[in-house]
Amino acid sequence: MPWDLSLILEYFPRFYSFALLTLQLTVMGILVGLILGLIFALLRISKFQGFSLPAKAYIWFVRGTPLLLQLWLIYYGLADIINIPRGPAAILALGIHNGAYIAEIFRGAILSIDRGQREAALSLGMTSWQAMKRIILPQAFKRSIPPLGNQFIIALKDTSLASTIGATELMMRTRQIGSSNFIMFELLMVAAIYYLIMTSILTFAVGKLEARLSISDHRV
Amino acid sequence: MITIKNVNKWYGKLQVLKDINVTVDKSEVVVIIGSSGSGKSTLLRCVNFLERPQKGRIHIDGKQIDPKGKNIHLIRQEVGMVFQHFNLFPHMTVLSNVIEGLTQVKKVSRAEAEEEGMALLEKVGLSDKATTYPAVISGGQKQRVAIARALAMHPKIMLFDEPTSALDPELVGGVLQVMKDLARDGMTMMVVTHEMGFAKEVADRVIYMDEGAIVEEGTPEEIFDNPKNERTQEFLGQIL
Ligand SMILES: Nc1ncnc2c1ncn2[C@@H]1O[C@H](COP(=O)(O)OP(=O)(O)OP(=O)(O)O)[C@@H](O)[C@H]1O
Ligand SMILES: [Mg+2]
Repeated sequence: MPWDLSLILEYFPRFYSFALLTLQLTVMGILVGLILGLIFALLRISKFQGFSLPAKAYIWFVRGTPLLLQLWLIYYGLADIINIPRGPAAILALGIHNGAYIAEIFRGAILSIDRGQREAALSLGMTSWQAMKRIILPQAFKRSIPPLGNQFIIALKDTSLASTIGATELMMRTRQIGSSNFIMFELLMVAAIYYLIMTSILTFAVGKLEARLSISDHRV
Repeated sequence: MITIKNVNKWYGKLQVLKDINVTVDKSEVVVIIGSSGSGKSTLLRCVNFLERPQKGRIHIDGKQIDPKGKNIHLIRQEVGMVFQHFNLFPHMTVLSNVIEGLTQVKKVSRAEAEEEGMALLEKVGLSDKATTYPAVISGGQKQRVAIARALAMHPKIMLFDEPTSALDPELVGGVLQVMKDLARDGMTMMVVTHEMGFAKEVADRVIYMDEGAIVEEGTPEEIFDNPKNERTQEFLGQIL
């Protein structure tokens, strides 16, 4: 056998901290993405073109170019202006990337809420913003959970591209250690196991959350 | 109390309200009838400023209201609205639905609002449902919650847009009873309904609309027993 599978066991514990780095990058990228996503979803649905057009342009750009290019744009582009470390550059780029997809998820969810909900809120004397904040968004968030879960899993796997700008995470460490010790295959298997563990836990957690929140979710 | 003057409304080229003039006095109950698409909902929605007429004016308590005004949400507090499909907030309990306007719009403290909310639920016979979610109560109960939610704002007038037409027949009575109680207590009401029994019993005035215009109006006796206009006669012939 060309491979020494016992190496998988041997290296598995050491890779734990690298997986945590990936997880950290994922969480930060998603948090930035959620904030940008909410802001740009609200801008995108605005009737005022001064708001909706920039949001459209942002989403159009992110969806129409590769993530790899976006990472490099941020990293090399910002490096021309300020001295930005690799980690934050990766978080920013992943956040901007996720933000566009999350904005589309939120927008779809907001538009899916029956317009009678907004009318009922307005008829109580709420302002448009109160109706959005108190009535529409809580329901829209709930409806966003399944597609968001999907996006989070993609975001987790996408962090591997951050290794191309030298941000330390699981893929980068795998390649470094693997190539200097000539055991690429076994270490890639270790990385694969960690990715599978993380994506499976995420899938499970999203499913649980969805089930818990669906209890009161009926048309009223 | 409410004066609707020369209100005209178009959706694109389609004129859905044609020179509407209505005055509703304090404590008066006005029932609006008419076939589907005649503009009844649109008229009510104009009174609540959910729609803006292109022409005409609406006065509340003698004050002309500017539907584009910055404070239109303050005016809406004075006009309660009950919708055909209830439009309860599904993510909130029944009690939270009722007090949402009090706490968020009137900024009443939660404790005070809950006390008032419970009293209103009592009034519509649903105090035992306070902590349940709208999804698990019947249509008739939902509509009574919606009425309580609107009443919580102490509106000067209540608008009802076919409040019972989405209900199973056996649930209609309970909702109508709540509306009759309201009328008896002196609430000013504009009601779009096909419940002719309710109209005969409660209405001070009945308005018949067709193709966006008021064709005939009068007391329930005048409209139901002695309709003068041909179109009114035809319409009543179809539904009675
Ligand atoms: N948002 C809209 N855009 C375009 N046309 C509309 C809109 N809302 C209503 N209409 C049209 O305006 C006309 C009046 O509608 P409205 O809902 O006021 O009638 P209605 O008397 O309440 O009818 P129903 O008994 O079916 O509820 C109809 O022809 C309808 O198709
Ligand atoms: Mg209607």
